[in-house]
Amino acid sequence: MAESRVALKRSEVEQLKAVCREFNNDPGELINVLHKAQGIFGYLPAEVQEVVAQELNIPVAKVYGVVTFYSFFTMIPRGQYPISLCTGTACYVRGADKVLDEFKRLLKLDVGETSADGKFSLNCLRCVGACGLAPVVLVGEKTYGRVSPDQVREILKEYGYEV
Amino acid sequence: MQFVKLTIDNKPVEVPVGTTIYKAAKKLGIDIPVLCYMNLEHMGIENKPAGCRICVVEVEGRKNLAPSCSTNVTEGMVVRTNTMRVLNARRTVLEFLLSDHPKDCLICPKSGRCELQDLAIKLGVRKIHNEEIAEMSTYKKDFSPSIIRDLDKCVMCRRCETMCNDVQTVGTLSAINRGFMSAVAPAFEMDLIKSTCTYCGQCVAVCPTGALTEVDHTPELVRALADPKKVVVVQTAPAVRAALGEEFGMPAGTLVTGKMVAALRRLGFDYVFDTDFAADLTILEEGTELLDRLTKHLNGQPTKLPILTSCCPGWVNFFEQQFPDLLDIPSTARSPQQMFGAIAKTYFADKIGVKREDMVVVSIMPCLAKKYECQRDEFKTDGNPDVDFSISTRELAHLIKEANMDLNNMPDEDFDNPLGESTGAGVIFGATGGVIEAACRTAYEVYTGKKLDKVDFEQLRGLEGIRAAEVDFNGFKVKIGIAHGLGNARKLLEDIRKGKSEFHAIEIMACPGGCVGGGGQPLHHGNSEILAKRAAALYREDANKPIRKSHENPMIIELYEKFLGKPMSHKAHELLHTHYHDRSPKIKIKD
Amino acid sequence: MAKYSMHLLVCGGTGCRSAHSAKITENFKNELDASNLSETIQVIETGCFGFCEKGPIVKIMPDNTFYTQVKPEDIKEIVAEHLIKGRKVTRLLYIDPEKKEKIEDSKHMGFYRKQLRIALRNCGFIDPENIDEYIAREGYEALGRCLAEMTPQDVINIVKESGLRGRGGGGFPTGLKWEFASKYQADQKYVVCNADEGDPGAFMDRSILEGDPHSVIEAMAICGYAIGATKGLVYIRAEYPLAIKRLQIAIKQAREYGLLGKNILGSNFEFDIELRYGAGAFVCGEETALIHSMEGLRGEPTVKPPFPAESGYWGKPTNVNNVETFANIPVIILKGGKWFRSIGTEKSPGTKVFALAGKINNVGLIEVPMGITLREVIFEIGGGIKDGKKFKAVQTGGPSGGCLTEKHLDTPIEFDTLIAAGSMMGSGGMIVMDEDDCMVAVAKFYLEFTVEESCGKCAPCRIGNKRLHETLEKICKGNGTREDIELLQNMSRVIKDTALCGLGQTSPNPVLSTIDNFWDEYIEHVDQKKCRAGVCKDLMQYVIRAENCVGCTACARVCPVGAISGERKSVHKIDPAICIKCGACIEKCKFDAIFIQ
Repeated sequence: MAESRVALKRSEVEQLKAVCREFNNDPGELINVLHKAQGIFGYLPAEVQEVVAQELNIPVAKVYGVVTFYSFFTMIPRGQYPISLCTGTACYVRGADKVLDEFKRLLKLDVGETSADGKFSLNCLRCVGACGLAPVVLVGEKTYGRVSPDQVREILKEYGYEV
Repeated sequence: MQFVKLTIDNKPVEVPVGTTIYKAAKKLGIDIPVLCYMNLEHMGIENKPAGCRICVVEVEGRKNLAPSCSTNVTEGMVVRTNTMRVLNARRTVLEFLLSDHPKDCLICPKSGRCELQDLAIKLGVRKIHNEEIAEMSTYKKDFSPSIIRDLDKCVMCRRCETMCNDVQTVGTLSAINRGFMSAVAPAFEMDLIKSTCTYCGQCVAVCPTGALTEVDHTPELVRALADPKKVVVVQTAPAVRAALGEEFGMPAGTLVTGKMVAALRRLGFDYVFDTDFAADLTILEEGTELLDRLTKHLNGQPTKLPILTSCCPGWVNFFEQQFPDLLDIPSTARSPQQMFGAIAKTYFADKIGVKREDMVVVSIMPCLAKKYECQRDEFKTDGNPDVDFSISTRELAHLIKEANMDLNNMPDEDFDNPLGESTGAGVIFGATGGVIEAACRTAYEVYTGKKLDKVDFEQLRGLEGIRAAEVDFNGFKVKIGIAHGLGNARKLLEDIRKGKSEFHAIEIMACPGGCVGGGGQPLHHGNSEILAKRAAALYREDANKPIRKSHENPMIIELYEKFLGKPMSHKAHELLHTHYHDRSPKIKIKD
Repeated sequence: MAKYSMHLLVCGGTGCRSAHSAKITENFKNELDASNLSETIQVIETGCFGFCEKGPIVKIMPDNTFYTQVKPEDIKEIVAEHLIKGRKVTRLLYIDPEKKEKIEDSKHMGFYRKQLRIALRNCGFIDPENIDEYIAREGYEALGRCLAEMTPQDVINIVKESGLRGRGGGGFPTGLKWEFASKYQADQKYVVCNADEGDPGAFMDRSILEGDPHSVIEAMAICGYAIGATKGLVYIRAEYPLAIKRLQIAIKQAREYGLLGKNILGSNFEFDIELRYGAGAFVCGEETALIHSMEGLRGEPTVKPPFPAESGYWGKPTNVNNVETFANIPVIILKGGKWFRSIGTEKSPGTKVFALAGKINNVGLIEVPMGITLREVIFEIGGGIKDGKKFKAVQTGGPSGGCLTEKHLDTPIEFDTLIAAGSMMGSGGMIVMDEDDCMVAVAKFYLEFTVEESCGKCAPCRIGNKRLHETLEKICKGNGTREDIELLQNMSRVIKDTALCGLGQTSPNPVLSTIDNFWDEYIEHVDQKKCRAGVCKDLMQYVIRAENCVGCTACARVCPVGAISGERKSVHKIDPAICIKCGACIEKCKFDAIFIQ
């Protein structure tokens, strides 16, 4: 994960500090704090991690170590329409890899990337437990079940995708 | 103590409850290979993440193999360390490690001293299967002023992480990423120069491979020595003479002062001087500052106590970054390395009629932070540094060998004058407690006006991480604290911050053991007994010195008479003192 | 429930919700309002019914009508026809795949006939967001009985007597685990529920938490009483928002009812539960890694011993059980250890929940008595293989398990028999594969997962699994040799022998089991460069169908590498050694004479 540098607003720093206070500035609550912070910012840029480290009184390297360990945390802002594919086994045996390839091909994105215009991001999820609908694709909160590669273009069009 | 009986490779052994298989085997003379495991017993530091799985052994009744470094023995246990199953596993795991490791051993700075290389030799891996399709985990290289990080060579032993966090509490390094790409690095994989690294070099001292090494300044040194226009002056730190011999097969604790001087002279240095001279000078400046503050304190005038020593550059980096609110507490005296450079390029250069820019001052240090320190802007005049560059004990050993010399065959020679004259007080700077002992010898006599009956302050010596002692200055009990290792330093600093510290003076050294355990010393490979032996050697040299108090050094006396005036004079301030900066990490805020 | 004459149970499990079941509930409420029926007919959003293949499910009580694949726009019709006029909407009924008959009541369906629901007893029957419904079905009676009539040791004895084994994968006897934790003295002990379900293709724990959260809360309190802990923690995946919400509601309600907190049910016993969130790391299912993660650290496992029972969360004695294990506890307390032992087999008493998925007709969540055979599960409950294809393998135990074949179909499902067969129970994922699945590619899929999820702490798992994956990829690309298969076997054995934690120690199982059971397929890949399932792209071959080829030479002319030869007006031939599989020939051929093999 590369270094992403943004300057936070004073109010955002205050908001983060309030989150840390909510968890008593307890280093043991680091993961809960990061969940909340990602909820607010959508991702965890370096500055957010620095504020959290300072407030919980732990080295920022340790915070970064945790952020990069868990796949749920990201330092890359997600797209306006985050696309997530379930990569559980049920979806795999029902062709999720081919659906993923089609998304990659059309969006010219790799897994974990966000398009230059910030519109789409592509991610893989562990089993979402909707195996009856395999393969499953999520765009934001919306679920698409039994997706085949030739439906991918149609799905993208719903979100203003143009060739 | 309760004991358990077990057999290892059919040999019976009895060891205390709680002993690991590895240690029990050692007792039997069975040397199970390890990689990530490290035990610095004398300092209470043990690293055993059980991650490399090289030390696995077969335990009867157990389904899988057991990591011997972290599996405790049990009564009646039957252990085998060399079955075909074990050897195959060990070799396969090593093959895994090597498959994700660059094979540029010929030009690796760790070559010959690399624990991974030793393992490869011992286990005889001759082939990496499917090497052509084996992806390697690669990372950005980082060239800081002191330390080079080449994580391609990281084996995730976590020793550096343990040193940086648990021992030094610096917190620059952490395990990052997950799985194949995991490594140990600073936050955001930033370069060390942007991080909170103190360059103490303890990570380098324990790294088993070439992942963490020092910046090599010997090419510049060779260029300077070869340049006929340059006068090259060298200073050697006290701890170097007690460790350099190890690189030439001498037992730990061998003093090689005279042989080292001879070797340096044969390498072509124009003047071979001693940092101990500057250590004596440090005592006069720092000791005077201590007495000044103590006197003010006794007179009820406002002053800052305790005074903290400031000769360790790793420690200076540490407080500038982590305790910016306490910047007015440490002594303003520069380190001996920098005092030496400042005097060499003024007083001595004038004396021999050499222009500043034609003089190259090199230091031989047990330390990696010194490489950074001599590059600080505070220590430059018109861009020209007082000390041009610093090389480590290890680099010097290399250079001597490269020049076809063997230290064992060198005669004993003396340092040049005037900057080679030193006292026993200067020598003990290299061991924890030495600086404050040297200061006491001088401060006592200056304060009381009486001669010391006994110059040895044994209560200040030892290897405990934090020590406290009282020294009686004619009825006034000076309370002294000593810490080595930055984790211990942190405890004393936090007390100061809370207003709980009762000390008048505190000596702090960043490295466990003091300079004898510096990041630039010959690698101890986990044998911490070596550090105690080096320290003992320094106290031996002190005891054998005709003069053992800094203020009695005739060359120092002459320096003040002819050049500086008196301690803390205007000139002394200009050349021998410094100021500190708040270098704590700042978070960018957009208003 | 008394005032209502009818209940509409709408499945609110994640599978059905993904297919808009929440909208169905809403539409029902609106329609009932519009028809002035909301006083007499109640709409309940329940937990998972299990039959995800046919979701969304709507069940109408008391006549037990079971509607499948209901759409939000069907609701108007169900209300108008079924609820008002009493005529069932037959087009929404389940059709028996064999007899082609419509089945109204779920208990006559093959999917449910062989199931026995203990852990899932309330899923699909109650509103998980209403504690009263749980209490109405004997909820919290077991806790009450423990506190009023039993000593902690009595509770442990019942659990030991039941023979319950951990449902998270390892199969360690639960009663023994509790006893260990109870023996250590400490000022604070912890009960942890492992809800970090991460096997790809498994969703048992989530369904229980979504459908019956109180059963887990009650069991954790019972465990706390038994081992002397006053604090409980549920470590749950952040990716399970619905389960989190329902747990939060349930905990709040339990507190309000005095079932959590101080002086529970008037006793001196104190117990409360907090949630801790996972953040996407499979290894955190391992209990030491889970504990480190709860402490805000990287979820890296550590060497055992010390076991968590001695030194766990913040160094205190900690008992970790999985969701399904806990869900069994209240029933065991109420009905007794002997009763539980009478179900299942001697060494694996009770039932097991499986997430049945893959190439099977009835994808869904099932609970069956231990000892049932794979054949019964796949062909009776699962309704056989999809699209009439041929069964090839069933994968149990997720990335830690193995692939079993035809010859294992009559193996009874038990912890030990599955291990003996080269797989394991795991947490209960069961993925069925057919003739279109390449077993080398399946092994590669699992290794991809393990490589992704390895924590990186130990070398065999961090690097060894990567090398396994690369070697499998080499074979799938047609570059493998027999030596590579041997290499896979040696690497696998060493990784199993040397890895630090359970994840690493079992990660080579998919490789070893597919080599053992599908040796021929591996050999075909390396010797003949052939993938019989047609999955491995690089092993596909372009072949000319002799009966269609007219010898027009169009293909030979377009072939960029000159791989096609043949005289004009005679059948052509493609040399696979030269062919680069560009597909130009297929496009050019007007006679459908070229196909991919």
